[in-house]
Amino acid sequence: MTMAPDMRATVPRHARPADRPLGLVKRLTIGWRDTDRVTALGTHLQRYGALPPHPPGTLIEAVTSAGLTGRGGAGFPTGVKMRAVAERRGPAIVVANGMESEPASDKDEALLSRAPHLVLDGAAAAAREVGATTVAVCLPRAKQWLLTLVREAVAERVRAGYDLVAIEVYDLPHGYVSSSESALVNWLNGGEAKPLAVPPRPFEKGVGRRPTMISNVETFAHIALIARFGPGWFRQAGLPDAPGSMLITTSGAVAAPGVYEVDAGITIGAALSLSGGAAEHIASVLVGGYFGSWHNTAEVTTMPLASSALKRIGAGPGAGVIVALPAHACGLRETARVLGWLAGEGAQQCGPCMFGLPAIAEDFAQLATGRPQGQLLDRLHRRLGMVSGRGACAHPDGAVRLARSALAAFAADARAHAAGLPCLPARQGRSPANAMPIPASAGGWR
Amino acid sequence: MTRRLAINPIACTGHGLCADLLPELIRLDEWGYPMMPEHPVPDHLAALARRACGTAGPPMARSPLAAPMATNG
Repeated sequence: MTMAPDMRATVPRHARPADRPLGLVKRLTIGWRDTDRVTALGTHLQRYGALPPHPPGTLIEAVTSAGLTGRGGAGFPTGVKMRAVAERRGPAIVVANGMESEPASDKDEALLSRAPHLVLDGAAAAAREVGATTVAVCLPRAKQWLLTLVREAVAERVRAGYDLVAIEVYDLPHGYVSSSESALVNWLNGGEAKPLAVPPRPFEKGVGRRPTMISNVETFAHIALIARFGPGWFRQAGLPDAPGSMLITTSGAVAAPGVYEVDAGITIGAALSLSGGAAEHIASVLVGGYFGSWHNTAEVTTMPLASSALKRIGAGPGAGVIVALPAHACGLRETARVLGWLAGEGAQQCGPCMFGLPAIAEDFAQLATGRPQGQLLDRLHRRLGMVSGRGACAHPDGAVRLARSALAAFAADARAHAAGLPCLPARQGRSPANAMPIPASAGGWR
Repeated sequence: MTRRLAINPIACTGHGLCADLLPELIRLDEWGYPMMPEHPVPDHLAALARRACGTAGPPMARSPLAAPMATNG
């Protein structure tokens, strides 16, 4: 691919030498701490240079050899996705997903509010490459300030005549399942922001029946940098099987919770350390968000935050989410609160999810409060085995993964609760923590 | 020939006629929704299940086994 050498000089100094441990990276996050506000187009172009022109096909090649994977949670190879869309007949469309419905993630909001032009650059470049003339940026309606900010960034680009594609910004209702690909397609086509049964998948027939490339906003920001600096540069951060940098969100019992840009594949222990370390004893961590899994801290401290490694223990990095549970909190109680919320966040479309998740959440509530009815654990395990894989989307599967991991990570507490006895945190006379954020219900699907 | 019975979970309204007709293949969960066998089933049984679902009148018009979700297994 062609690249302007003078533009390569600005960023690659952040490359990781072989002997530097994985840690903080500054690529997407350059200038965030200094200014703590939105980067104007002029500053953005000074910082990163202009997007160099690409002969058709070369950006897909660059993204593929960079090994970029989707940063929204599913981790699908972005080059494969782009190629699938580009190879379909007719004009395509690109959708930038900034819905960030994961309650424990803040990184998309942080990225869009500091560096919207990185996201818009990447989406515009991807659009040209896959044969799209339009980019649709999808944002939650509840964040009007962010919508205003991104719309102003788009207006800046229009005034400068910077883009060859049209960029539209849309405000969508904000349920947990509303950020899934097919829910965005459904809403953009005039329907409700609820998942659809697949196939057809969006790359086959999506918005306006066009082949549709949907990716997380952070993924597009990485595309913007790969387009400038190339796949070799991208791979100078991260691990060979988890290349590049990634934004993570840490929360809970760490001294400095927040959004950090790190080498992909950084260990979970290192991620906790750079978040200020333990604010109090961390007994367990939730890895991957509310569709993720609980683990004893000691078990995962040396585990890389990368799907290749985490899948061996049934986990995944999700959208780069780590929640540190303080030792004084009851993990079952926290999980019960989250499951209760997830049960209400379904699209109410598929029976096993519509009836199964509330039943599971009720079982978990009985477990959490130490008031078991009937053969609670037997019933709960049976129900957990019954709903996975039976929805149009992965909502029931995610909730089941969370519940199962809690029963494993907090096994001793679960046995105590199921026998109507207090768990260890309760025996130590400590109060429950409410460590997990539970968002207000979004209301409405249109 | 065998084929895998797939289901459109959004369209399924849990009438359970498929399980009535093919109890040896399709069981219902505790909420009345069918659980599809994971192994491919003979063609004639797959067709039977789809017809049971698709011929039950207006409420079943969008039913799963009538939808083109059954794939060659």
